[in-house]
Amino acid sequence: MRKAIALLVSVALLGATAACGSDDDEAAPATTAPATEETDTATEATTEEEPDPCAKEELVTVVDGSLTIATDNPAFPPWFQDEEGAPWDPTTPATGLGYEAAVAYAVAEQLGFTMDEVRWAVVPFNNVFRPGPKDFDFDINQVSYLPARDEAVDFSDSYYDVEQAVVTLKGSEFASAASLADLQGAKLGAQVGTTSYNAIVELIQPSQDPAVYDRNDDAIRALQNKQIDGIVVDFPSTGYITAVQVPNATVVGRLPAGEEYFGLVFEEGNPLRDCVNEAIAALQSDGSIAQFQEEWINTAAPPVLE
Amino acid sequence: MNHSGASGRRSTLIALASTLVFAAVLVLVVSNAPGWPSVKQAFFNGEVFRDSLGVIPEAFLVNVKIFLIAEVLILPFALLIAVLRSLPGPVFFPLRALAVVYADLFRGIPTILVIYMLGFGVPALGLSWLPIDPLFWGVVALVLVYSAYVSEVYRAGIESVHPSQTAAARSLGLSHVTALRFVVLPQAVRRVVPPLLNDFIGLQKDTALVGLLGVVEAFRQSQIEVASTFNYTPYLVTAILFVLLTIPLARLTDWLVARDRRRQLAAGGAL
Repeated sequence: MRKAIALLVSVALLGATAACGSDDDEAAPATTAPATEETDTATEATTEEEPDPCAKEELVTVVDGSLTIATDNPAFPPWFQDEEGAPWDPTTPATGLGYEAAVAYAVAEQLGFTMDEVRWAVVPFNNVFRPGPKDFDFDINQVSYLPARDEAVDFSDSYYDVEQAVVTLKGSEFASAASLADLQGAKLGAQVGTTSYNAIVELIQPSQDPAVYDRNDDAIRALQNKQIDGIVVDFPSTGYITAVQVPNATVVGRLPAGEEYFGLVFEEGNPLRDCVNEAIAALQSDGSIAQFQEEWINTAAPPVLE
Repeated sequence: MNHSGASGRRSTLIALASTLVFAAVLVLVVSNAPGWPSVKQAFFNGEVFRDSLGVIPEAFLVNVKIFLIAEVLILPFALLIAVLRSLPGPVFFPLRALAVVYADLFRGIPTILVIYMLGFGVPALGLSWLPIDPLFWGVVALVLVYSAYVSEVYRAGIESVHPSQTAAARSLGLSHVTALRFVVLPQAVRRVVPPLLNDFIGLQKDTALVGLLGVVEAFRQSQIEVASTFNYTPYLVTAILFVLLTIPLARLTDWLVARDRRRQLAAGGAL
């Protein structure tokens, strides 16, 4: 009998956990709930009557008349930066500086939004794929496309084809590594939930388990402390790390590129995605994206470690 | 006896029925919530659950290791603090003050900050004779924080022993230390076992905070799984593991409390 009751109680507890989860989802982004419903009806209406569903007046966004774009706080160079070239706090006025800022505003312009009509929302990396309604139209935060991720959210086409790179301290025994095999004995670190972590586990396959941190800042701190031998981050981020955050760090090399790319993240089924994809395609073909890359991302790339 | 047996059965039936109704209502409310299908997919995905079972229990061993080491260190360290704090006389004022400051400080600072400051701060000093292993500093931080709590528990136990007992022991010629060792502490420790185990349950859960320093423990491993699948089911696996670990300790605490109560009642009856 006691067992039976215990079983029932545990079932009830599980149920309670689920209930809390659903409460959360409804409570947090309360503002978006109606918007999502409108989205459905609007798309049906537009497909029947309107020739151009991507015309600005047809787009249904989280906040009417504005485009709400999310990223993490602080947002680091070369993706975002303030007037002084320091990381940008998305709760302060936008500067439009940095690669992702440039892409975001160019996409907004393609959709018909002026710079003033773009709102910024702070969403930590690990909350981007929380289920339920989103309180942003899309997120731009170096999120790599993965098939499993695509089941929870929708990705745009690539706005940046990314490579991973290894950073270590000058003078480290791994600073002169010329191949993946040379990194076998290294204790490597990465931010949790990133494809950088996957690169350690799947590509480098070091003999020591990798260290995993909440944020890249923590991984960088551990590198400075010599608690780890190196960190893996996306290649464009290495510029700011070696120039500003850890001046005595050096890029060992890039990792062999897969098919990895950064996409803008949408709530699953958001019809805005198709319009944004058209915008990205237009920016690719008119050379804007290439120009942004030239402007913001250091192209003096170190060798690829094979 | 017969009567109490029948009413016992009846209470059990009522308890069972009310639990069933409660569970049914809960299940109905949750499964009819508009967001339930997406929550079910995101939190209770069978396939992800099975995949997580392959990796998370192994990482959970790190949590078990952390709290086993920490508990063994906390027990004597906290007792030392409590004893220091209960030393009599003006000579020992500095030690008493130190113990008070210690308990105030480490109960006041959020555990996550202590772990962060020790785990990243001390290795940043660059002193080559100090360890830089994050696991080491994680355990140190937990020992410092939980010893502050446990020392207060011990102190409550020590103060619950009537002063006349110390007086009696001293009048028999026992020194303060011997009186503490043979008269006060045996009674004090027995009385505080339940709240002490309660603190250990808290400690078990806080082992997840050591992941902050880069150590891949169960919560960190589940975050890794969550990020690669964009599905939250691995968190459920970790939660279940923690609960499974906590339940035996919780039941043991209940049992000890009940036994203590029985003994006290028995003693009262005898008087």
